[in-house]
Amino acid sequence: MGQKVNDLMGWVDARFPMTKMWEEHLSKYYAPKNFNFWYFFGSLAMLVLVIQIVSGIFLAMFYKPDTALAFQSVEMNIMRDVEWGWLIRYLHSTGASAFFIVVYMHMFRGLIYGSYKKPRELVWIFGVLIFLALMAEGFMGYLLPWGQMSFWGAQVIINLVSAIPFIGGELSEWVRGDYVIGDATLNRFFSLHIVAIPLILLGLIVAHIIALHEVGSNNPDGVEIKKNKDENGIPKDGIPFHPYYSVKDIVGVVVFLIFFSIVVFFLPEMFGYFLEHANFEPANPLKTPEHIAPVWYFTPYYSILRAVPSIAGSAFPGVIAMGAAIVVLFFLPWLDRNPVKSIRYRAGWYKILIALFVVSFIILGILGTLSPTDGRTLLAQVCTIYYFAFFFLMPFYTKLEKNKPVPERVTMK
Amino acid sequence: MSADAVNNSKRRFLVASTTVVGAVGAGFVAVPFVKSWLPSARAKAAGAPVVADISKLEEGQMITVEWRGKPVYILKRTDENLKVLETDVDMLADVNSDKSSQPEYTKNSVRAIDKYPHISVMEGVCTHLGCAPKYLPDLNNPFAGSLGKGWKGGFFCPCHGSFYDLAGRVYAGMPAPTNLPIPLHVFKSATMILIGQDGSNA
Repeated sequence: MGQKVNDLMGWVDARFPMTKMWEEHLSKYYAPKNFNFWYFFGSLAMLVLVIQIVSGIFLAMFYKPDTALAFQSVEMNIMRDVEWGWLIRYLHSTGASAFFIVVYMHMFRGLIYGSYKKPRELVWIFGVLIFLALMAEGFMGYLLPWGQMSFWGAQVIINLVSAIPFIGGELSEWVRGDYVIGDATLNRFFSLHIVAIPLILLGLIVAHIIALHEVGSNNPDGVEIKKNKDENGIPKDGIPFHPYYSVKDIVGVVVFLIFFSIVVFFLPEMFGYFLEHANFEPANPLKTPEHIAPVWYFTPYYSILRAVPSIAGSAFPGVIAMGAAIVVLFFLPWLDRNPVKSIRYRAGWYKILIALFVVSFIILGILGTLSPTDGRTLLAQVCTIYYFAFFFLMPFYTKLEKNKPVPERVTMK
Repeated sequence: MSADAVNNSKRRFLVASTTVVGAVGAGFVAVPFVKSWLPSARAKAAGAPVVADISKLEEGQMITVEWRGKPVYILKRTDENLKVLETDVDMLADVNSDKSSQPEYTKNSVRAIDKYPHISVMEGVCTHLGCAPKYLPDLNNPFAGSLGKGWKGGFFCPCHGSFYDLAGRVYAGMPAPTNLPIPLHVFKSATMILIGQDGSNA
């Protein structure tokens, strides 16, 4: 039996690099042995991707991308008539929020352990592109149920395009395919949401992982394990990803699925944060809801948009600021001039700066869900300034840091 | 040159010209796909002008008609309202509607056709991000907030809190940069308005 399996593998390997790929990416991919809690989120993001693809394929079997039918097909057909349709839909809607939670944690991990620094700049850049694709995916997907918030959220965001000087009006008409958000818009968003963006997303994820496996994983100490190899050329602080981390990640998966199931079964709307209340009403282009807020994962950037006042009769500066808040992430590898990667060996005050960054990001997120008042706008402006100062002043303050000595080998604390 | 030697400059030329021809071809192929996103013939036809009957519109009342899928507000203002539009202009951002979008024949203080100053026709689309502002004729309404108690009514956008007066003129310091846009319109009779066309180019 064993001999036959070996013969089969040999036959395949002569024609397709099966064993080679298995070894390169799993059984002989050496990851640092000191991964901690934060390193669960990469594999969890892959799990959520699979949940989204599988549940999405099934939702597309019952959904109708037509303004006259879309709301009914979701709220009546999928939620009430299709057997287990409600579960598939809640898996998908909860999965969207879970995706962003996991990805935000994953990005935070990269931020504190310097995983964006040389030689992992491209890993980081592919990651930011994935984040962008994910935002496009979430935005377009949110239009599909054709509820009030779907419609008015898309209205607000597409109108950002028309704030672009000179070409804005025609460009937004081109995006909508009509003078208003209508059937044409819904149909193209459906196509982009289920075909185009997922394809781009998959390509980017493959690139992200290939780039990672080329340079090797970073770790909480920010030590390059490839600098210390044994006589066989294997990093002394490395352990094969499979079975060590594939098994460890199962623990993360189980814990994640516990929380995920609690939300799916008991709190699918998450008090109006995962599924907004106004979205249980069909879209009505003639009636704006009392309060428009995007889904929670966009709210930090939405707050930045609102914090910038219109200048010379144009809302464009706010749009620029919102775009810049994401574009600046691409430059992070070159903004941070400190050669030390991990926060463990960087200045104490840098930890405070990061903590303040997290706090202001969360405050921006909370403010984005609320309607603006003078006080809230001021707070959003302060947080926006901090957000940009954190990045733009990085080239200066990271040079002033007094680092602690970085160990030669990884530590197991 | 021997028969099997490589002519590098010829090779470079062929690579470059093939690339250019290929890129131009790809550019042409992209045109139908890009253009397919423009409003279709059907959408353009649906953007045709609409007629609004205002024979039943009372003073102080507002009706909403749909044109190109956008809400168009038709408001019949009182004499009192018109007086306020002339006097309470200190806090407005664009009093003369210079930066705003409207047909020439409505570029005046009440933003209406001269012959029918009481009737205001405007798109109910906030110039900030396109929400539909709410009509608040009530003089003591709770939304007056930042404008104080003396506010004489107008429009309030619930999305980001922009205020407009009863001629759709935006107040200074609001998220919205300009006054509410006014569509082309023409009175077919005293009670019939054609929206989306003004006779000048039709």
